Amino acid sequence: MSTQPEVAVGRPHERVDGRLKVTGRATYAADHAIDDVVFAVLVDSSIGRGRISSIDTAAAEEEPGVLGVLGHHNAPTLPYEDNADGSYNPPGRRLRVFQDDQVHFFGQPVAVVLAESLEAAQHAAHLVEVTYHVERPSTDLSTAIGAEPVTYVRGDAEAALDPAPVRLDLTYGLARNHHNPMEPHATIARWDRGRLTVWDKTQWVGDGTQRELATVFGLSTDDVHIVSPCIGGAFGSALRCWPHVAVAALAARETGRAVKLVMARRQLYFGVGYRPAYEYRLRLGAHRDGRLIGALHDIRAETSSYETFTEEVMVPGQMLYRTPAVHQVYRTVPLDVNTPTYMRGPGYVSAVHVLETALDELAHEIGIDPIELRARNEPVADPATGLPFSTRRLQECFTIGARVFGWADRDPEPGSTRDGDQLVGTGVAAAVYNTARTGARAAVRVRADGTAVIQTATTDMGPGTATALTQVAADELGLDMHDVTVHLGDSDLPQAPPHGASTTMASVGSAVHDGAHRVRRSAAELAVGDPCSPLHGADPTDVVATGGRLHLARDPRRNDSYQALLTRNGRAWLEATGLYTPPAEETRSMHAYGAIFVEVGVDHRLGLIRIRRMLGVYDAGRIINPRLAESQAIGGMVGGIGTALLEHTVTDHRDGRIVNPNLADYLVPVNADVPNLTAIFLDGRDDHADPIGVKGIGEVVQIGIAPAIANAVFHATGRRVRTLPITIEAMI
Amino acid sequence: MPNSSAEGRAVSLTVNGVLRVVEIDERTSLLDLLRERLHLTGTKKGCDAGACGACTVLVDGARVNACLNLAIRLQDAEVTTVEGLTTGDGDLHPLQRAFIDRDAFQCGYCTPGQIMSGIGCIREGRAGSRAEIREWMSGNICRCGCYPRIVDAVRHVAAGEGA
Repeated sequence: MSTQPEVAVGRPHERVDGRLKVTGRATYAADHAIDDVVFAVLVDSSIGRGRISSIDTAAAEEEPGVLGVLGHHNAPTLPYEDNADGSYNPPGRRLRVFQDDQVHFFGQPVAVVLAESLEAAQHAAHLVEVTYHVERPSTDLSTAIGAEPVTYVRGDAEAALDPAPVRLDLTYGLARNHHNPMEPHATIARWDRGRLTVWDKTQWVGDGTQRELATVFGLSTDDVHIVSPCIGGAFGSALRCWPHVAVAALAARETGRAVKLVMARRQLYFGVGYRPAYEYRLRLGAHRDGRLIGALHDIRAETSSYETFTEEVMVPGQMLYRTPAVHQVYRTVPLDVNTPTYMRGPGYVSAVHVLETALDELAHEIGIDPIELRARNEPVADPATGLPFSTRRLQECFTIGARVFGWADRDPEPGSTRDGDQLVGTGVAAAVYNTARTGARAAVRVRADGTAVIQTATTDMGPGTATALTQVAADELGLDMHDVTVHLGDSDLPQAPPHGASTTMASVGSAVHDGAHRVRRSAAELAVGDPCSPLHGADPTDVVATGGRLHLARDPRRNDSYQALLTRNGRAWLEATGLYTPPAEETRSMHAYGAIFVEVGVDHRLGLIRIRRMLGVYDAGRIINPRLAESQAIGGMVGGIGTALLEHTVTDHRDGRIVNPNLADYLVPVNADVPNLTAIFLDGRDDHADPIGVKGIGEVVQIGIAPAIANAVFHATGRRVRTLPITIEAMI
Repeated sequence: MPNSSAEGRAVSLTVNGVLRVVEIDERTSLLDLLRERLHLTGTKKGCDAGACGACTVLVDGARVNACLNLAIRLQDAEVTTVEGLTTGDGDLHPLQRAFIDRDAFQCGYCTPGQIMSGIGCIREGRAGSRAEIREWMSGNICRCGCYPRIVDAVRHVAAGEGA
C-alpha cells in the first residue's frame, strides 16, 4: 500500500479538548451529574499499627442527614478473589476494606460515613469514635531490616574495584515523593440490577479498575463498567484501583443509591501510592581517564508490610554506561506504611539521580569535563543484554545541548561564578527511559458523511492522548483533523493498556494507525471494484487519501471521496479493529534519551536555591505533536524541580503519622519557582520501536532533572548534597 | 432510619449574572455551593484549604478561593465562575483563547482556577512583566507544570489590554 502523506502528524496542533478544558465543561470523576447521590467521607486510622477494638458510631449517626456508618464491625464479607496477574497489585495480600480489625498504617480507612449532604458526612466523620489496641509502628527506612534482595551480577565488581585507580563510595538518600495530582482521587459508584457503574479517576479503566472491582465483589468483568473521560493529572497515582474505590462501590451497594466519595487532599498521602524513599549506596571504580571499571549498587527502598512493591530501579545501572563489572543488590524494606506505586519515571528517576550525580563526582575527582566523561563511557551495544540499540543519540543530545546552552564558556571550578548575592553554577545529567509497548486495540469507523470515530479504552491524564491519536488517525485515513473524533476512557471500548509508563502512543497509537490503515484499504478496495468510481480498475495499493478523498498516489485527478463512495454503495460506514501486538522477543535495546542542562543561583548567605534556566535535549523518536511534547517536557522539568528542591514527607516515627499531608507543608513548585524552560526534540523516528516510530515522552522528561540541578548546586557552591530534596537547611 | 437534613438558611447571591436564592447548610463553602448545589462543576476542588487555587472565582470582581468562603456570608455578592466567562454565542474570553493558543494546560484541572486568577491578576495591575505574573500567579498550583505557558497567556492578554 502506498504510504500516506504526513499532514497532521508533526504539526503543533492545539488540543482537541482545549475548549472543554478552558470552559470548565470537561468532566472529571467528581463532576459527573449523577442524580440523588449519597456523600461518603472516609474515617482514617489514627494509629500506625495495631487492631481496632471498637467503633462507636452513635454520635455520628445522630447527626442530621447521616444515613449510616460502615466499618469492619458491620460490613459484609467480600470475595476479594485473587487478582495478582496482569494487574498492578504487587505480590502480597492487598488491603481488604472493612474485612478485619487490623491496622497496617496510619490513615488506613477504618470506616466510611454516608450522608445526604457533604457537610453532614464531613462533620459526622469526626464524630466516629474508634478505639485501638496500639502497637508501635516501624516506619524508619534507615533502621528497619530489609527483605531478601534481588541481585544482578555481571563480572566480579568487588574484585574489579579493589585495584581501580579511582574509587568512590557514595551514599544517597532520596525522599518519598507524592504524585499530588491537582484532582484528588474521586469515585462515584452506582449499582443497577447487579451491574456496577463507576465514574472514577483511573489511568486504566480495563484490567486496572474494572477487573479489580470484579474480583473484590465476585462479579464478571462484564458487570463492571468504568467511566473516566477526563483525568486531572495522575502521574501514576491512578494506575491501581485503591481501597477507596471499593469503599464507594460497597457503600453504593449497601445504601442502594449512587455514592460519591472524593478524597481529601490529606488522604492522598496514605490513600494512594507514592514514589518510595530510597537509600542507595554506590561504589564506583574507574581509570584515571574516566573509563568505568566496575560498580557496586546497594539499594534499599520502602514498601508496605502487606505488599512488596518493586520498580525498575536496577536497569539504568546496568545499561546507561559501559561498565564491565556490575553488582546490584536491591532490597525492599517492609514498613508500616501504605504500599508505594509507580510515579512518573518509576525507578529510573531514582537510579538515574544516583548515577548521574556520581558521574559528576567522578568527573570532578579526576578533573575532566562531565560531558566528556559520559562520552568516554558510551557503550556500542546495550551492556546488560548485548542487544544493539534501536536508536541511541545520547551523545548527540549532549553535543547539541552544550552548544545551545553555552557549556563551553563554563569555568569548571566550583564556586567560581558570582552574580550579586547569588553563586551561579551549571550542571548536566543524562536521562533514559525504556520504550515499553503493550498490546492494544482500537475501533476505527469512517462514516458516510466523511467523518471518522476512533474508540479505545485508553485514557488521557493530560499529555494529550486524544489530540495525538486524532493526528495519527487523520493522516492514516486521509481526513482533516476536525473530521476525526476520538472517544476514550470507558471500559466498554476496545481494550487498551494502562495509560502510563510512556507506552500509550507506542501501543494505542499503533493500534489506531493499524485500524485506520485497514479502513482506508477496504475503502480503496471498494472503490477500485466500483464501476461508478473514478478509481475503478486501479490497483488498490496505489490508492492514498488526503482531505477526505481517495486518489492515486501518482495522479490525484483520479479521486473519489469517502462520502461519495460510501453513499453510492449504500454503506453507512466502513470499520475495522486496529491491533497492536508487541514482538514476543526484543531484538533491540530501545530507550528514549535526554541530556539536561541547568543553571542555578544559590544565595550565598541564605542558601536559597533558584533555577535560573534549564534546557532538555531529547531523543524520543518521532514527535506526533511538538507543541504537546514541549508542554510535557516543561512539565517534567517542573516535576524534577520539585524532586530536587522541595518535595518530601515527614513521618513521625512514634505513630507513623505523616506530619505534612497538605500542599502548604508538602511543597510543590509554584509559578515563581519556574523560569523559562527550553526543550528540544531531535528529529527522527525509531522504526524498531513500533509502527509509528515513537519512543514515548512522559517519563524521560522527568528523569535527569534532579541530578542536573544537584550538580549545578555543587558547581555553584562546592557543596555536594547527597540527599533529596536539597533544602535550604542542607545549604546553610 | 435516616435523619432529616440540617436546617438551612437562605442566601441570595448572583452567580454568573443570575440571581440565585438557595437554602443552605451554614457550613457550606462557596465551592461546595457551586459544585454540589448549583451544579457548576467548572470550579474545582484541589485541596479544600486555600493552598492550591483550583477553586479560584471572582467575588465582587476580586479573585478568591471559593473553598475558604462560607456561602452564608455572601448575601448579595456577585460571583463569576469559569462558566460565566463565555458569552451566549459561545465566544471565549480572551484569556481562555490565550490558554488554548499557548497550550497553557495539560490535564486541565487547575485551568478554570488559573484563568479566573489570571483575570484577577490582570485587573489588579499585577501582570506588567513575566516576573510580576510569576509572583502574583503563585497561588495557583499546576502539577502538570505549565507555568511558563500560563505566564505567556496572561502576559499576552495583559499586554493587549494595556495593563
